[in-house]
Amino acid sequence: MAVRVLGMGAIVAVAAATLFSLFVVPADLNQGEPQRIMYIHVATAWLAYLSFGVTALASVWWLIRRDFRADAIALAGAEVGVLFTASTIWAGMMWGRPVWGTFWDWGDPRLTTTAVMLAMYVGYLLIRRLTDEPARRATRAAVLGVIGAINIPIVHFSVIWWRGLHQGPTFGSPENVLNPPAPGQFVAALLLMLGAFSLAWLWLVINRYRLARLESATEDAVRRGQLAGLAPAGESSP
Amino acid sequence: MTALRHHLGVAGVIAAKDLRAELRGRQAVTSTLFLAAVTMLIFGFALGPDQERLAAAGPGLLWLAVILSGMAALGRLHHLETEDGAFELLGLYPISRTGIYLGKALGGLAAMLALGVLVLPLTVILFAVDLATAGPALALVIVLGAVGFAAVGTLYAGLTVRLRAREVLLPLLLLPVVAPLLLASVSATAVLLAGDPFAELMGWLQLLMGYDLAMLLAGGLTYGLALEE
Repeated sequence: MAVRVLGMGAIVAVAAATLFSLFVVPADLNQGEPQRIMYIHVATAWLAYLSFGVTALASVWWLIRRDFRADAIALAGAEVGVLFTASTIWAGMMWGRPVWGTFWDWGDPRLTTTAVMLAMYVGYLLIRRLTDEPARRATRAAVLGVIGAINIPIVHFSVIWWRGLHQGPTFGSPENVLNPPAPGQFVAALLLMLGAFSLAWLWLVINRYRLARLESATEDAVRRGQLAGLAPAGESSP
Repeated sequence: MTALRHHLGVAGVIAAKDLRAELRGRQAVTSTLFLAAVTMLIFGFALGPDQERLAAAGPGLLWLAVILSGMAALGRLHHLETEDGAFELLGLYPISRTGIYLGKALGGLAAMLALGVLVLPLTVILFAVDLATAGPALALVIVLGAVGFAAVGTLYAGLTVRLRAREVLLPLLLLPVVAPLLLASVSATAVLLAGDPFAELMGWLQLLMGYDLAMLLAGGLTYGLALEE
């Protein structure tokens, strides 16, 4: 029930934040209308990193305690994280094309890091799908979850350095070019969107966690032969 | 101290076993040397015949050839273990898991270095890159890059070796994770070839060392978990 209320709240909040950032806040004078994409972009980016942080912590929890709830949390974090990472990159490209003049900037450490991150966690989801035995799947995934988290700052750092070598086109960072310079409304829109998306994120993670628990209960039942008819195609029922 | 000696002892035995198997014709790594050579040739076709363009791309192509064929080598080194259930047996021995990991990584490192030794002269011959200007520091870059790749590649090969789709999954998992390694080794090589005009080499070497250390640590701690499951 509480989760359902959370879901309703998320819908209302996202709708309100969208209306606010589209119609109430003025467009940035330098970047024009595309600047409004930034509200969504920043919110999804922040939550994507949070998701993989959740996955990393849950992975460590699994490796220490072998608790399947931890594995379900790790899965929920990774799957929602991939969704938010993909949205971040998509929104970033849609913003970058009109403002930077290009979809992709190899010298931008945030963009490059996010792309590598997306690739890493798509792999994480794939190895889960390809491993049938639950404990083995959880362990393999957990190792990837931990390495991924270690690797993200290294990738970010290395791209910052790399950019120093390959001097790319110089862009002002979006924080500096917001105009008018006293951006109370911009900040309000950003925070509102972040709050709304956080609610939606929480709702997605909780529901994905519940689904993962149900899936693993079904898996157990199939393994014990109680639900032989539900055995997925291609696997012989016990 | 005795614990460390135990880890290293196990590592030595495992690495020696892999080396002996290779010398007796298991062909896990030898075939990947030819793969590296063919890869270099194909790069030439893709980017040539403009000599200048090839020379400019030289450091990147060198490392791509090492990494692509190295991935095959590490995968093969692990795949051989699955024959006759050798990997499962290895997991049953009451010996240090970290030692097993270090041993497999050491075998992988030997393979990576062999690949490096082959690919370096090929870069000179095929892409007209004058490696002599890079000097002996290039050897250090190669070793650091090889250590990092063997460290994380061995861990991932161990994770994927029992999957049916390992040929696809190993590259898919490994390539994004080695992104900083590729970036650092290619940049360090390019910087060395240019004579390090902005004193950037040290930073890249430090990055490589940090990466190597982090991945060795992660591998030493988690490889055994994949073995025991």
